[in-house]
Amino acid sequence: MSAVLEVHNLVKKYGGKSAVDDISFDIQEGEIFSLLGPNGAGKTTTISILSTLFAPTEGDASIFGFSVTKNPMEVKRLIGVVPQEIALYDDMTALENLNFWGEMYGLSGSALKTRVKELLEQIGLADRAKERIKTYSGGMKRRVNIAVGLLNKPRLLFMDEPTVGIDPQSRRAILDSVKSLNDAGMTILYTTHYMEEAQELSDRVGIIDHGKLIALGTQSELTAQVGEMDTLILHLGENEDPEHLAQGLKTLSGVLQADPSDHSVALVTPSAEELLAQVVSRANELGIKIHSVDIREPNLEAVFLHLTGRALRD
Amino acid sequence: MNLRKFFLIAFKDLRLIFRDPAGLVFMLLAPFALTLGMGALTGRFSGSTQLGISQIPVAIVNQDSGELGQALEDVFTSKELSELIAAQILVDPAEARALVDQDKLAAAIVVPDGFSASIFTPESGGDVVAVEFYENPTRPTSTGIARSILESFLKQVEVGRVSGTLIIKQLLASGAIQAQQAAALGAEVGWEVVGSNSDSASILITSNTVEGSGAKFDILAYLAPGMAMLFLMYTVTFGGASLLVESRAGTLARMLISPTNPGFVLGGKGFGIFLTAAAQLIILIGGTSLLFRLSWGDGLAVALLILAAAFGASGWGILMASVLKTPGQVAVTGSAIALLFGILGGSFFDMSLLPEWVRTVGKISPNSWAIEGFRILSMGGRLSAIQPHITALIIMGALLYALGTILLSRRGLVRK
Ligand SMILES: Nc1ncnc2c1ncn2[C@@H]1O[C@H](COP(=O)(O)OP(=O)(O)OP(=O)(O)O)[C@@H](O)[C@H]1O
Ligand SMILES: [Mg+2]
Repeated sequence: MSAVLEVHNLVKKYGGKSAVDDISFDIQEGEIFSLLGPNGAGKTTTISILSTLFAPTEGDASIFGFSVTKNPMEVKRLIGVVPQEIALYDDMTALENLNFWGEMYGLSGSALKTRVKELLEQIGLADRAKERIKTYSGGMKRRVNIAVGLLNKPRLLFMDEPTVGIDPQSRRAILDSVKSLNDAGMTILYTTHYMEEAQELSDRVGIIDHGKLIALGTQSELTAQVGEMDTLILHLGENEDPEHLAQGLKTLSGVLQADPSDHSVALVTPSAEELLAQVVSRANELGIKIHSVDIREPNLEAVFLHLTGRALRD
Repeated sequence: MNLRKFFLIAFKDLRLIFRDPAGLVFMLLAPFALTLGMGALTGRFSGSTQLGISQIPVAIVNQDSGELGQALEDVFTSKELSELIAAQILVDPAEARALVDQDKLAAAIVVPDGFSASIFTPESGGDVVAVEFYENPTRPTSTGIARSILESFLKQVEVGRVSGTLIIKQLLASGAIQAQQAAALGAEVGWEVVGSNSDSASILITSNTVEGSGAKFDILAYLAPGMAMLFLMYTVTFGGASLLVESRAGTLARMLISPTNPGFVLGGKGFGIFLTAAAQLIILIGGTSLLFRLSWGDGLAVALLILAAAFGASGWGILMASVLKTPGQVAVTGSAIALLFGILGGSFFDMSLLPEWVRTVGKISPNSWAIEGFRILSMGGRLSAIQPHITALIIMGALLYALGTILLSRRGLVRK
């Protein structure tokens, strides 16, 4: 295996604020690599730099040996990009969109025709290809959005949250297609804020938060970081004070970490079941009502929680 | 390869705008409807000659002792023309010219002594005496109207001179005599029109009939360029906004990450605005010539003026896109500019009715140059007569495109 993508100390600043803060990682040929992080973590900014849309403030990355800052045109030819937003012309049909973008990627004539036909069948929209994009469902749009990224048969594909805002069925279809693209030999950089997707798809995961890559490795490597810890999430009523409860629970033995957030408190503990009774009685003493309780076994969510003290989506 | 994508992007924009119902209404339907509506209001279809402009001040200096000089005087002071032309009879040619120079008059017509004689007795071998048309260059439309009346008169005289009535009809039917010829000739010799005999009743403005010579004044030919230019500004606004729409929708970013030189992406968008603008003018001008049998004048000159006008106007679209941040801001600003240019540039009323300083300010609008150019052409002027207009529009477009491109590349085409 060899690295098809190497990222070196990438920084992107807006004003004084870093959207991407000194990120380094690499992706091996044939891998699905996920960047997992909450809203505003810096995923899109990273992908934009890697796809040569704009230059980093510092650092560089190379793709198949070409620098994204110094040889952008070579990089552009080799990669495919599926942007987070659906970047299509609403008033054109799927066929027209694919033809247009195919030509933008240098295809023409019968090669273009064949490729477009192939992709339309692949995304299951051959029979509706002559309808305008604006008449499509969200899931159908997403599929065309992906197809455009595949027009030039890239060896390395960037997919930026390709399943946001669609129905479970479409989501399933997209996840399956990511896997089959990968089986066919495509290397994929996938960003998401859904832990389940990263878990299902990736060989390796990078967890990104506030522009920083806070963890990197295979899933088992990452969950090992939290050890055999469980996560106990206590959901509180509207008027309760999570801060106050977290303070009160920190002193219990067996609580390694207690993090308040909106209407909930997350506890990291070696054994959730043993702790539960104590937690409930301490909450009673403090006069705080616990609505419901979640117990989570070690997973990427727990890793994120462990590293940041926050849940992945809120 | 890149050049191909340049055209690909531009034609994609052209195609898209024709798919947008709102765009179409604004681009084509509205200008057609307004031209028609104003035409109906101002009487093309009812046959009266009430105009958007009226009472064009003209001086007649009749030094001819013969019948023709008198006939010309009668035409300009006739009741039929009284709403259109306010003719005053002066004695001193120098005084008349001075009044034109002071912008008190749109034109002075001097009929020299011996004019009738030179026409009625061609056997004598002497040259035909020329009628002088002294025009006020700051009022092209008014002078154009006065000139076309004079020309119709002189044409009749000329035709009557060389032939009998029967032959005149044959010549007219065969198309051998066309008013444009006389008018164009006039344009070349600086409107010192050579003329010559006839009866005045038949040469009154007959513009409200579609048939007949192109040099006659036609209210629709007068209104249509104004409306076309007004709505052209909306079209380029739409085009400018489309750049920002694409920037937000992510399609611009998608073009920029495709293996395409960014300059060609921006160029393609800019060319798309121009193309759309040109298409609009071509459709409006082609449509009005077919539907209303409107004569826009010399084909090549009209075509060149269309391209120049589309270029000058689309420069404003690019500039708006480069200065403003959101498509909404462009739409609002563009509408305001379209209205402002419409007023300052003579889309709504004749520039000669406006104060001097307004006319000067109005020169920054593509409207002023294009409208004047189109009117000159529709009254029979040739390409040479509208060269300044074409040049001005091209310079305007070049400056605005350059400025817009610099600003856009400085700011970046997408959020960075
Ligand atoms: N052009 C810009 N100017 C200023 N700040 C920006 C700009 N673009 C992004 N940011 C900021 O940079 C940070 C990272 O944004 P980015 O879009 O990369 O996050 P993300 O991980 O893709 O989030 P999401 O899941 O919402 O798509 C955010 O705080 C965002 O507000
Ligand atoms: Mg994003």
